[in-house]
Amino acid sequence: MSRNGAAVVLRERSDASGVAMTTNSSEQTPAIEARNLVKTYRGDVHAVDDLSFAVQPGTIFGLLGPNGAGKSTTVKILTTLSRPDSGEARITGIDVLREPDRVRHVIGCVAQRSGVDLEATARENLTLQGRVYGLGGAELKSRVAELLERFGLTTAADRVASGYSGGMQRRLDIAMGLIHRPRVLFLDEPTTGLDPEVRADTWREISRLATDEGLTILLTTHYLEEADHLAQNLAIVDHGRIVARGTPDQLKGELHGDSIQIELSEISDSGSVQNAIERLGIVRELMVEGRTVRARVDSSATAIPAVLAALDGAGLPVASVLVSRPSLDDVYLRHTGRSFSEADTEGVR
Amino acid sequence: MTTTITHSWYMMQRQLRNLARQPAYIAFTIVSPAIYLLLFGALFKKVVDLPGFGADSYINFLTPGIVVMSALYSAGWSGMGVIQDLDRGVLDRFLVSPASRSALIIGRLTQMAVVTIIQSVIIIGLGLLVGARFPDGGIGLLALVLSAVLLAAPFGALSCAAALMARKEESVIAAVNFVLLPLTFLSSVFMSETLMPHWMQKVALFNPVNWSVQAGREALSSNADWSVVCTHLGYLVIFALVCAWLATQAFRSYQRSA
Repeated sequence: MSRNGAAVVLRERSDASGVAMTTNSSEQTPAIEARNLVKTYRGDVHAVDDLSFAVQPGTIFGLLGPNGAGKSTTVKILTTLSRPDSGEARITGIDVLREPDRVRHVIGCVAQRSGVDLEATARENLTLQGRVYGLGGAELKSRVAELLERFGLTTAADRVASGYSGGMQRRLDIAMGLIHRPRVLFLDEPTTGLDPEVRADTWREISRLATDEGLTILLTTHYLEEADHLAQNLAIVDHGRIVARGTPDQLKGELHGDSIQIELSEISDSGSVQNAIERLGIVRELMVEGRTVRARVDSSATAIPAVLAALDGAGLPVASVLVSRPSLDDVYLRHTGRSFSEADTEGVR
Repeated sequence: MTTTITHSWYMMQRQLRNLARQPAYIAFTIVSPAIYLLLFGALFKKVVDLPGFGADSYINFLTPGIVVMSALYSAGWSGMGVIQDLDRGVLDRFLVSPASRSALIIGRLTQMAVVTIIQSVIIIGLGLLVGARFPDGGIGLLALVLSAVLLAAPFGALSCAAALMARKEESVIAAVNFVLLPLTFLSSVFMSETLMPHWMQKVALFNPVNWSVQAGREALSSNADWSVVCTHLGYLVIFALVCAWLATQAFRSYQRSA
């Protein structure tokens, strides 16, 4: 009897939570929703090729990919700057293609190309931006002062922005994107070109925006660490398509074992390197790029001595060995078949 | 509609403020017309003696010409500002905001009108200083400034359109250079129309720069024929409307190709 009763109680609980979950998910419209987006530029380049994703309110979503993967095009479509050839998109439930004007009131954008008027001061930049959103008077004045303070620009507020450092310009950029208290913020490559210290500050600021203000943030980046550090969910984009998605931990968790990276002393024929190592039968996903050899192994402790011996036996001197837990770089390698840095330079070309 | 007007006002303020912060630009807009006025005034002083020129003082003849020419040049180069906004991402930043689309162009054109008015007043003052006399001044001078503004607006719009289409500084510089100088010399800015070769007179009939000079000069002459003034100003208004339409099309095409 008692066992039966417990089972009933349990079932009730699970039912209740099940119901709660469904109402929850139907109430919570995704902050950003992209469905089957396609955009082709002249010359048949599929910039975005059937891209779909959804971002829950109050979270940071990362689009990670090398240069030219289609991240910026996706952001342009979602921020009403560009129209897709097909597909649809919604921001807080508002259709981007049908009601771009309403969308523009809800979103804030910090584009890759700054957007700061360099001949104007920080205060003037912020004020004009606010006016365009219909703010004015004392309200706008205090909002501008608040943002200047928050982004550490108060002392420089009345100096012309052309004299600002890169970090200051970027902070002003973010402040400008926030002037009208948007609900969704788009950050396109927010830390590209910033030095490491400024980058760390910017990261702190971005996480604070999501946690303290409940902003939904879509972030594009070609820095793996950045996506790893900031994004709760991410999608890896390659050639306009999403090749993998999940939380950074899930993505890394899909890879078992350790990743090893060996630097050879000199560039050797990749075929002979591959032969030497593959013959051992203990490595997976072997990649040779110039002097760098990457592979995945179940246990680095047993694999490394064997691999080193094999390379030595083949007359291939080793300069260094690096062992690491799976990184997003490995995730990228696995899903696209090439390493991230290789893809990145390819995109630039 | 009210949004367009207020936004145009904000955009114009921004443009004017930014210009005011470039001393080099201000110096250039004042000094270069002054140089034209003095150099050409001295160089061609004697052409009034040519039979049939139809004016007794060259400086009287030249001043309205330089007013119009300066308006043409500052308007012609205004596309460079658009290129800068494009390169710096300022334009895109406005495009993702609810900023009125037409205000982005109207703001620029009104800023150009303000600059043209100031520049015209300075040139007229300089002209008077070196001996130009406009006995029936008043309304005639106002009409001259108006004709300069009505020339600046369409060329400003064309320059912005060219910038939005080409998106490269070099292309815009080449296009502007290609257009401005011939238009100036195919008009009566420096030389009386009656002394131009016949074919040039025919071409000048279709040259907006010439419409503007003719309107301004006629308005300043004693016994001005106001129907001539109004006809030419009318042509300029129509031309300005066509160019404004072209500029909005260029804007649309920019957005489409984004």
